[in-house]
Amino acid sequence: MLPKWFDDWNRDNPTNIYGPAILVGALGGAIFIAAMLVAFGQPFATKSIQTGPRGTGMSVTEFVNEIERPDPTIEDYLTEEPYIPQPGDALAKDIYENVQVLGDLTEDNFNRFMNAMTFWVAPEQGCAYCHGEGDLETYGEDNLYTKVVSRRMIEMTQNINENWDGHVNANKEVGVNCYTCHRGQNVPSDIWFSITPVVDAMTGWGAVQNRVTEQSQFTSLPSDALETYLLNYGVIGVHDLESRVEGSPADEGFPTIQDTERTYSLMNYVSNSLGVNCLLCHNSRAFYDAEQVTPQWATASLGIAMVLELNNDYLVPLADVYPEERLGPIHQDAPKAACRTCHKGYQQPLQGLNMIADWPELTTSEAPVYE
Amino acid sequence: MIEYQNIFTQVQVQGEPEWGMDDNRQMSRERIGKPFFSKLVGWVGNAQIGPIYLGWFGMVSVATGILWLNIIGLNMLAQVNWSISEFLRQGFWLALEPPSPEYGLTIPPLSDGGWYIIASFFLLISVCSWWLRTYLLAAEHKMGKHVAWAFAAAIWLFLVLGLFRPIFMGSWSEAVPYGIFPHLDWTTAFSIRYGNLYYNPFHCLSIVFLYGSVLLFAMHGATILAVTRFGGDRELEQIVDRGTASERAALFWRWTMGFNATMEGIHRWAWWFAVLTPITGGIGILLTGTVVDNWFIWAQERSFAPAYDGSYGYEAFGTYEAFIGQEN
Repeated sequence: MLPKWFDDWNRDNPTNIYGPAILVGALGGAIFIAAMLVAFGQPFATKSIQTGPRGTGMSVTEFVNEIERPDPTIEDYLTEEPYIPQPGDALAKDIYENVQVLGDLTEDNFNRFMNAMTFWVAPEQGCAYCHGEGDLETYGEDNLYTKVVSRRMIEMTQNINENWDGHVNANKEVGVNCYTCHRGQNVPSDIWFSITPVVDAMTGWGAVQNRVTEQSQFTSLPSDALETYLLNYGVIGVHDLESRVEGSPADEGFPTIQDTERTYSLMNYVSNSLGVNCLLCHNSRAFYDAEQVTPQWATASLGIAMVLELNNDYLVPLADVYPEERLGPIHQDAPKAACRTCHKGYQQPLQGLNMIADWPELTTSEAPVYE
Repeated sequence: MIEYQNIFTQVQVQGEPEWGMDDNRQMSRERIGKPFFSKLVGWVGNAQIGPIYLGWFGMVSVATGILWLNIIGLNMLAQVNWSISEFLRQGFWLALEPPSPEYGLTIPPLSDGGWYIIASFFLLISVCSWWLRTYLLAAEHKMGKHVAWAFAAAIWLFLVLGLFRPIFMGSWSEAVPYGIFPHLDWTTAFSIRYGNLYYNPFHCLSIVFLYGSVLLFAMHGATILAVTRFGGDRELEQIVDRGTASERAALFWRWTMGFNATMEGIHRWAWWFAVLTPITGGIGILLTGTVVDNWFIWAQERSFAPAYDGSYGYEAFGTYEAFIGQEN
């Protein structure tokens, strides 16, 4: 293959090139990498937030360029300051027909909210998404399911801000409005439906797991954790609080390995939904121990209770209102919410942006107070 | 002799295959396979492949083992609607799961753990037959039964996980699923359910012996390789007739750490460390859920899980705003 003179020359001048080549290559490579690191810095720099006492190793670690990148949906967020009502301003319930939940708003504030809600939920379809193609006179009708659902969603939002203050305003005023979940989409991302059984050939324990699903967070853990704990009031805790407790897995109510896997599946879902690890809430040496958890554990526990109420009192009862294409693909169940529906992978939705600063209407089911 | 300083054996001798002893003219009856040489295998061990002696217990073991494996495989295939490509794609997620908890120790339906019980029954026969084989083959060779007892230690852990503990707990649902990721899920859940297995002292012991085995293996391998140039690789000869290789190896360790094993004793060290790993581990598993249900609390009651004094030092913790780089 090579010219004859080249082979001849090589044969006449035997030289060990491999030893020096490896040495020079390895040394040269190391120097190059070291120089690049000094010049440009660590390309995968991390930072961490301490979550527990010193010496326990409790912290959440992230890549700097990921954690410090702003949530791209913040840029698209539209908000408008309220108009302070003047004495004698007419109220929406007096001007418009069939205003059931926002009747105490002044006309300006009512329209300001309607406008913002359109941008948050139906920026492409506009007013017609809920009010249909008819004239303004027909806007009081409840012909479209979208309008009936949005009315209930407004009530839900008010309930969250009013009664679940401990979760949504845990560290500072953040609250929620339509955009927290919808982010400009008709149907929020990261909703969930019942999908079990996921294995048709099996029944019981073998039928609800060992499938790559979003609900199992792509693990082989059970896929029924969200419906068990965030809809059906299943007991999340699996630990015995004494060193010895009698009982058998065959007994009713005995926490089993299977229950533990399901709890683990839920905890995976929660961590991934918030972009954190176990240690944001728990001391991993004793997951169950209420004396060793962090303040975030209490916030998260409130969140779980909140989601249970939202699903059972607001979202599931809407099943009869939705058209078929909005229902679950397997059991035709109503779409449901969980941590990720709001958080979208961030420890605080929209990185802690205050969603109720301009929207006192959404913080109370009573007449709003403007300041 | 640079050829020896490599994990691969680069000098291979091939000739007439070795058939082994046949002093009573009976043993070759059950030997199967025409022996041949493999250069590839020769790189990492003896280049000769076969013949193999199966015997009755070997046949039973292989037959039941194949049944066990195929029951699992066919169950997994059924779970993906008999699609080979899906079987390969989801292979690591699939499993044959033990029965649901409510069946206790009764026989469950085939689709909810029944196949698991049948497969486990065959695996039990397969493993025990293979153990008998290791024992009987050693007897035929007039060897000690060290291999059989070491294997029995592993079988102890296997029986604890799949037979003894489920019976004590009163449910087959406690057994370990047959699947790649699912058995890891089980392991994690087992530790979490019982309040952190790291506080189980037998788990601690098992880890000590496991890591100790690794350390001893590396120390012994390194020592023998290091004195091979003085004939140290002829270990059996050195045991009964100590030469300069053993003397140097002993001196090296005695000067390094004040103590040395003997050429014979180091093998007892290694055997016991290896054997105690599953023995202590099995004890730890068997006690879990039957005698102790929360190892962390158990450890606190015995004052070896440290408690914090309550000074959590929250002021040292960062804020979320600072974490995401938005602190003003």
